[in-house]
Amino acid sequence: MHVIRAEGLIKKYGGTTALDGVDLEVPVGKVIGILGPNGAGKTTTVRILATLLRPDGGRAEVGGHDVVRDPVRVRGLIGLTGQYASVDEGLSGTENLVLLGRLLNLSKRQARARAAELLERFALTEAAGRPIATFSGGMRRRLDLAASLVGRPRILFLDEPTTGLDPRTRNELWGVVRELVADGTTVLLTTQYLEEADQLADRITVIDRGKVTAEGRPGELKRRIGGQILHVRPTLRGDLDAVARVLAELTGTTPARDENIGLLSAPADDPMLVSALVRRLEQAGIPADELGLRLPSLDEVFLALTATTERNAA
Amino acid sequence: MNAQAQALRHSLVLAGRGVTKLRKSPVQLVDVILTPVVFLLMFVYLFGGAIAGGDLDAYLQAIVPGIMVMTVFQASVGIGVSLNADAGTGVFDRFRSMPVTRSAPLIGAVLADLVRYLVSLAVLLGLALIMGYRVQTGPLAALTGIGLLLAFGLSFAWLSVYIGMLVKTPGSVTGLMTILILPLTFASNVFVPSQTMPGWLRVWSGVNPVSLMSDAMRGLLNGGPVAGSLLGALAWMTGAIAVFFPLAMRAYRRNAS
Repeated sequence: MHVIRAEGLIKKYGGTTALDGVDLEVPVGKVIGILGPNGAGKTTTVRILATLLRPDGGRAEVGGHDVVRDPVRVRGLIGLTGQYASVDEGLSGTENLVLLGRLLNLSKRQARARAAELLERFALTEAAGRPIATFSGGMRRRLDLAASLVGRPRILFLDEPTTGLDPRTRNELWGVVRELVADGTTVLLTTQYLEEADQLADRITVIDRGKVTAEGRPGELKRRIGGQILHVRPTLRGDLDAVARVLAELTGTTPARDENIGLLSAPADDPMLVSALVRRLEQAGIPADELGLRLPSLDEVFLALTATTERNAA
Repeated sequence: MNAQAQALRHSLVLAGRGVTKLRKSPVQLVDVILTPVVFLLMFVYLFGGAIAGGDLDAYLQAIVPGIMVMTVFQASVGIGVSLNADAGTGVFDRFRSMPVTRSAPLIGAVLADLVRYLVSLAVLLGLALIMGYRVQTGPLAALTGIGLLLAFGLSFAWLSVYIGMLVKTPGSVTGLMTILILPLTFASNVFVPSQTMPGWLRVWSGVNPVSLMSDAMRGLLNGGPVAGSLLGALAWMTGAIAVFFPLAMRAYRRNAS
């Protein structure tokens, strides 16, 4: 059963088309990642699904309710966190969460209890009474997330939840998202970070310039751009050129060079190439620190997918 | 809970948010405290001698009810600026993504502004009493007057809310509101009797809501006829709500998409 379903969503701002027919399906209890560069249409998609924006074409259902015809029902089911749906800077953490609880028709006492529970869960109890202006980036993001959970939503929209956070804080937030999913919450997450989608999402939809350019499980997407990657890191930088020549000979393509870490990589369709490479390096007496086959990273997938779109568009 | 009760509840909860914020940063009250003080001192001591020919006590008695109207009017038009800034932050989007009555964030903000009107009136009346102003009628008439002033402010606040929802930046709201309120406040009988004005201006001053409300307030506080001018003022108030509340709501909804 799909809890979020969008068909052919179109949104235009004046002359520019922000969304040009986006389709989306999210099964219950899963995490879907919407991946794309800045301006791809990720936020527009979320705003339409969260009833903040009316689409100019297409239709979308959240929890079985049409977002245009029955927005109030949809709003009762969702939680939203993003740079735009945030908390009130003029109030403390507790005051913010109590306010939201009261707006969701909790009594004063219930709203206070719910606020305390969420602050505890997000390790914000100590800072609960402080002005939000004094919060660190990570605390602020945790409070934003807590604010979207006051009504215990079954469907959660996270619009770029970790943009601008340091890696440690980002990992913390990922942990929270995993817990929510373990509790059965369906999550739609937008991100510019391929790693984030790879870490959290069951399925990924890649969008670029308002169009879906790819869809699938992270593994499928990686495989879709073809084969595996043969990579090798010679122990001595001086051997880079020699190894590059060997790789080119074996794979028939010019290998990619990462000069910073002294790594060479090239697409490899034939797994036997690994042993061939080992033999050639042995004969030449070139030692290597790292050598193997791997699936391409999502960065490589993403670049390949968007590059394809550009070529088709041109 | 039916829709009306729900709307009322949400509006009151959001009014509570506004009041909490005022309590936490009372700096937001500076304008409503200074405006009446400046006007009262300036018109009584600076211009008063020239306008009233030396009888400052009589002039004070005549202008205090009018300055009360002007004060509430000016306090009420501040709402557009603060709502415009507020709607630009993520908080309003959060409310919009929740099952919260659509009009509640606007109604709540307007209701919270009652605190600003009351502070402004208290400062004005306090200073006026020190300077020698006396209510000539009685406490009941005075309280009725204050109640009417609050209603006056709440009605015209919707003009400001509308402009606040229509315009992009808080700065342009201030600019537009200044242009709109100058002819309403100064081209009135608050500071000078309209008999001294040229005919066309006297006609405007006669139908100007600030003049009408000032006449009604003078009647209620100093004694004298109330009914005619009060009816005119009530008509303006009803009209302001009937026109600008729907417009403000429509602009607010548009703003969202």
